[in-house]
Amino acid sequence: MRCTEEQREYLSLARDFADNEMAPKMLEASWDEHEALPVDVLQKAAALGFGGVYVSEDVGGTGLGRLETSVIFEALATGCVSTTAYISIHNMCAWMIDTFGNEEQRRHYLPSLVSMKTLASYCLTEPGAGSDAASLATTAVRKGDHYILNGSKAFISGGGHSDVYVIMARTGGAGPKGISAFIVEKDAPGLSFGKKERKVGWNSQPTRAVIMEDCQVPARNLLGAEGQGFQFAMKGLDGGRVNIASCSLGAAQASLEAALEHTRVRKQFNTSLNQFQYTQFEMAEMAANLNASRLMVREAARLLDEQSPMATSYCAMAKLFATDQCFKICNQALQLHGGYGYLKDYPVQQWMRDSRVHQILEGTNEIMRMIVARELVRLE
Amino acid sequence: MSLRVLVACKRVVDFAVKPRVNATQTAVDTKTVKHSMNPFDEIAVEEAVKLKEAKQAASIVAVSCGPAKCQEVLRTALAMGADSAVHVECEDDGNGLLQPLAVAKLLQKTAEKEKADLIILGKQAIDDDASQTGQMLAGLLKWPQATFASKVEILESGKKVQVTREIDGGMETVSAPLPAVITADLRLNEPRYATLPNIMKAKKKPLSKLTPADLGVDIKPRIETLKVAEPPVRQGGRIVESVDELVTLLKKDGVV
Repeated sequence: MRCTEEQREYLSLARDFADNEMAPKMLEASWDEHEALPVDVLQKAAALGFGGVYVSEDVGGTGLGRLETSVIFEALATGCVSTTAYISIHNMCAWMIDTFGNEEQRRHYLPSLVSMKTLASYCLTEPGAGSDAASLATTAVRKGDHYILNGSKAFISGGGHSDVYVIMARTGGAGPKGISAFIVEKDAPGLSFGKKERKVGWNSQPTRAVIMEDCQVPARNLLGAEGQGFQFAMKGLDGGRVNIASCSLGAAQASLEAALEHTRVRKQFNTSLNQFQYTQFEMAEMAANLNASRLMVREAARLLDEQSPMATSYCAMAKLFATDQCFKICNQALQLHGGYGYLKDYPVQQWMRDSRVHQILEGTNEIMRMIVARELVRLE
Repeated sequence: MSLRVLVACKRVVDFAVKPRVNATQTAVDTKTVKHSMNPFDEIAVEEAVKLKEAKQAASIVAVSCGPAKCQEVLRTALAMGADSAVHVECEDDGNGLLQPLAVAKLLQKTAEKEKADLIILGKQAIDDDASQTGQMLAGLLKWPQATFASKVEILESGKKVQVTREIDGGMETVSAPLPAVITADLRLNEPRYATLPNIMKAKKKPLSKLTPADLGVDIKPRIETLKVAEPPVRQGGRIVESVDELVTLLKKDGVV
């Protein structure tokens, strides 16, 4: 799918930013090793319009479509997958407030979110409700002009650091229709955080449990109406899946570029590695799978832009295919680096580690199969 | 202040590309490689935008000479803060047809047409490294020139410009009455990124097209390129066993 001239300009800006501001720090400043969220770089990115790429312009967002967003996140991810993935989650939360929030909520939260002066986290998963998200057990009970939230959320990206949490909690009966969405601020009484998780990748952003013990949330922080929360959460995730798949594309692109360079320079048997047919075929396969992934992700993004009824299924297909293939490409690139690929001095291992989790989060790839199959069987 | 600033923006092979000579050895292969704005010209654009932000310049026009793709670098200049752009479209035969003298003449005519008071260019382009266009342009216009600027100050409410330039062994400060030509050195400033909203806004800014014929300029090359070749491959060195052996070998080769 060819980019328009404008999309190429966004891509080139995002890639420049990734090359200059992120890639050198991902490795040399050890964002991964020190596990510190690079807030300065996030705010610098936001100043260029990356903090609210698909948030409306009236609250400071950039107002672009999902296709452009995908192109941008892919390019940024070549510089650091983990940091870009965090930016993408932040964007998803901001989009939810923009789309489902009322005027007061939009005006109050979005200007500082799009500039990334405040950061946002998405809270759906619970210790006992992962793939079966609609079974979530966190409760929200209305008491006067407040809701009282009780329960805990697991694996929350940005947890403990973010200022704003979009939390799904049960206000009604069992199942998805009993779930509502709330905007909860970090200093809400009764809100606390678990220990920082130790992870294989995605280390430039903290992950913690978010714990609510009689947590008081003003009633005006309810997003939409009671019972709409699960629907909002799923809509957010459609775009979230395209975003995460786009981050995988960036990891695979950067890995392929690194493999091309390494196999050009590295000599064995008096020959550059790239002169061996095995290496050539391996890289040709990587390039073909990367291109196929990119086409699927961009098509899914376009369907989201068109608000197509097929969007959910195509987003799931794209996420399934692209995150699986791109992880494999990163791994193949690591293999082509030989022993060097296993060293932390080379970035390829980090692209592999960082993109591994994309097969798990925003709905596991097993759940993606369920979503696609549900649509297929219904069509039959 | 009502200064009109003209900045020249050349589309060049991107700095990160490893250049290769084409099969006929007439030029560097430019067909399928990434291009971008000459980095020194980006510095020139940034300086112009800074002058405008400091209210020392009223408007900025970006000019690029070359094939249709040059409009991409003009869009970048517009996204960085130029107000309008002029594309002087010239055929590109891939053999470096457009030489510095021709560009200087095109810029001269464009500057006259645009009534520019100040022209800022990169000190050189990173493709041919000629470093001639700015100087020739000043000569053609009969304007003063201040090349390799590392600092630019507008004085006497736009009547004069003071430029600090890096020379061997230190800094030289020169001043000239306006209109003048300035070429930008590496340390003049650090060009900003165009923001996403500004890239979008750049689409709505005026970009006009001209041809060398419109400007009455003959762009026929005056210099003939005989052959372009890659530098010779470096011969591998060898490890010697001892200092004595090294000295013996150096003596043998007449080095010491």
